[in-house]
Amino acid sequence: MRHLNIFASSVRLSCFAVVAVLFVGCGGNGAGSPTAAVEIGGPSGTELAVDQTLHVGNGTGPQTLDPHRAEGVPSSNILRDLFEGLTLEAPDGSVVPGAAESWDISADGLVYTFYLREDAQWSNSDPVTAEDFVFSLRRSVDPATMSHYSSILEPIVNAMAVITGKKSPAELGVEALDALTLVIRLQRPTAYFPGLLTHSTMYPVHRASVEQYGNQFAREGRLIGNGAYTLNEWVVQSHIKLIRNKFYRDDVNTTIDSVYYYPIESQDAELKRFRADELDITEEIPYQQLTWIRENLGDQLVISPYLGSYYFGFNMTREPFQNNPQLRRALSLAIDREIITSRITNAGELPAFGWVPQVANYSPVVPEWAGWSQAERDVEAQRLYAEAGYSADKPLKIELLYNTSANHKRLSVAIASMWKQTLGVETELLNQEWKVFLETRQLKKTTQVFRGGWIGDYNDAFTFSQLMHSANAMNHPGYSSPRYDELIERAAGETNLSTRADILNQAERVLLEDMPIIPVYFYVSKHLVKSWVGGRKPNIMDHHYTKNFYILKH
Amino acid sequence: MLNFMLRRLLSAIPTLFILIALAFMLIRAAPGGPFDSEKQLPVEIEANLRTAYHLDEPLYQQFGRYLANLARGDFGPSFQYRDFSVTELIRSGFPVSLRLGGLAMLLALIVGISAGAYAALRQNSAADYSVMTVMMVGISIPNFVVAPLLILLFAVGLRWLPAGGLGDGEARHLLLPVIALAMPQIAYIARLMRGSMIEVLRSPFIRTARAQGLSMPRIIVQHALKPALLPVISYLGPATAAVITGSVVIEQIFGIPGLGRFFVQGALNRDYTLVMGVVVFYGSLIIVFNFFVDLVYGWLDPRVRL
Repeated sequence: MRHLNIFASSVRLSCFAVVAVLFVGCGGNGAGSPTAAVEIGGPSGTELAVDQTLHVGNGTGPQTLDPHRAEGVPSSNILRDLFEGLTLEAPDGSVVPGAAESWDISADGLVYTFYLREDAQWSNSDPVTAEDFVFSLRRSVDPATMSHYSSILEPIVNAMAVITGKKSPAELGVEALDALTLVIRLQRPTAYFPGLLTHSTMYPVHRASVEQYGNQFAREGRLIGNGAYTLNEWVVQSHIKLIRNKFYRDDVNTTIDSVYYYPIESQDAELKRFRADELDITEEIPYQQLTWIRENLGDQLVISPYLGSYYFGFNMTREPFQNNPQLRRALSLAIDREIITSRITNAGELPAFGWVPQVANYSPVVPEWAGWSQAERDVEAQRLYAEAGYSADKPLKIELLYNTSANHKRLSVAIASMWKQTLGVETELLNQEWKVFLETRQLKKTTQVFRGGWIGDYNDAFTFSQLMHSANAMNHPGYSSPRYDELIERAAGETNLSTRADILNQAERVLLEDMPIIPVYFYVSKHLVKSWVGGRKPNIMDHHYTKNFYILKH
Repeated sequence: MLNFMLRRLLSAIPTLFILIALAFMLIRAAPGGPFDSEKQLPVEIEANLRTAYHLDEPLYQQFGRYLANLARGDFGPSFQYRDFSVTELIRSGFPVSLRLGGLAMLLALIVGISAGAYAALRQNSAADYSVMTVMMVGISIPNFVVAPLLILLFAVGLRWLPAGGLGDGEARHLLLPVIALAMPQIAYIARLMRGSMIEVLRSPFIRTARAQGLSMPRIIVQHALKPALLPVISYLGPATAAVITGSVVIEQIFGIPGLGRFFVQGALNRDYTLVMGVVVFYGSLIIVFNFFVDLVYGWLDPRVRL
């Protein structure tokens, strides 16, 4: 059933005739006019395929398509097509107007006034109003909604108070001045707020259908969105099929007619389906086959920096690491990160010497020892190790915990052997299944050294910096430094972008001095993309919108 | 006979109860919970979620509630698929698994019986040895090895068939998973069939038939086949169980949305209700099967009824 929309195909066919003769772009159903040379939807001179159906591997299946209750990358990928926030991201990841045509920011950076588009419609042709956003943002923070991710709305006035049940949702700092003007008040200036608005917890939901179906509104046949696509079919564990929303404000510039998202947990299975031309884009690649992929599918392998840090954490609430900064530094220095990124991960990951990856408006801290050779680092590591009171006769014995996975295992084995060789540390490797691992790590009772990874929620250093604040529940090492906390709190309220960056820089220096974590590498996103998929650009958030894609003739 | 049926039925009830109780305790005993994820939930939200799913109640109360709901045919809401009930998921997954498993059993029976009979009739010939060697390989290689090899050959290499997914349930999507699932059963049935056929062919009544001058094909079809099939038929029970467990692996490899895949994903995500639902559903199914098998045995052999 790949050709449901016969009408759309025939329109496109006639459009081809135009393309062939005049050599101009063809941008979707409505763009029959030869003068409409649009950038999105096929640049001039390219010929589009008749069948504009996209097949995307999507990791695991989404738990829900309710944007406020969803979490995780797979659901976000689909929700970006189904809903449109006040802002959205261009193919290169930059934040551009979405449901809001423009916005003003007050001089103190606390009040955002959004001007909504007049022509914006829901997929049932209802207009998208400021009142819809007020309703939606209140719903998102309402504890009764049980959103897993709503705490990301924290910069908005009263958001945390509502989430924790101390205030009613009506007290959230959002207000509709008229049908098309929305005001959002922030507790403090938040430089990354426009980017945050692209997150699914900030998406509008269709009030009437939520009131009719409650939390069950996001199902096939019920879901009404304001995005470029609508939900056509949802077979759990098989696929989700989206088709174009003909009421979408920018439907003329949309090219892909339908998109299938497949839940494929196994990267090997995903690779096979890609090779069999059943998938146009994969979610991941199997690491073990990287060399083969490079040799055989090289031009279809798309690797680019991704907003994430891979690290090992020390349990700072227990001995031997609690009061032993020398030991922590010794273990960090003894790891040869170049070997890890060039021999073990080998997909272009960047060796990490600091905590914050390359993000917007921030220059990451590069500690002095990052410039040393590994031999120099080893010498220093041995000195610190001896200073911490360990030696060949009295070696350190530790346990290293990671969640069960071939990749984490290879990396842990390598690190254990580096520690053994340089310092004589005896490491016992321990792996646990994901959910067990999460619980053990959170309890902090038995762990010593554990694996961790953090993917930023928004393109700003703060999403990384705040993680190590002593009050953060995801501060897995249990790091607690009054100096660090104070810097983070100061940065949170700082309006001046460069002063803020300086403070966060200082905080990162404090963190790297104390070294409650061992940064290992910065992530890259890895996808296989068929050569006929156009309009897709790599970006640091790895966020993509199907509406920007087109399929070339092949 | 009625008395016997009643007794069998009554003994099925405690079996089912023990199954439910064990599964209920075991899945909850596994470390980690349905709401653990990389992103920590605010305490208040987690408390709300626990209340919504009744996880804040004492265990015996949760169990009581589960049994009461189950009696009404309600398996509860899924933890992982937050907008779906487990009943809905089973309703969508079971027909898929049934078709996959049913076709695999059918294929296993047809190919297994023919290959076994063929080998038996040419006992100790080259044909016999080669068939049996292939079957030995079929038993020894687990299906999680066979399946990727089939995909590599027929989907990636030759591009004849899809590499995964169910599509709209067309035959070409089912062919590889059915073969992969049937393979070990084909092998087992073929070996069973060969053995029993050889035995039957040596028995006096076949010799009598031959002495009477009946043609060989007629002897085989009319006289030898039926008694030779008996061990195969009694193997059907264990074979069904094997196909069910096999489909857990096969559905995962081929990305087929059947109950087996729900079971694996449910267990990994600590989706208590989904795992319970699949266990209870398959458990009851097997208990019902056994009940009927017992009935058939009782009808065939009066001694069992005592």
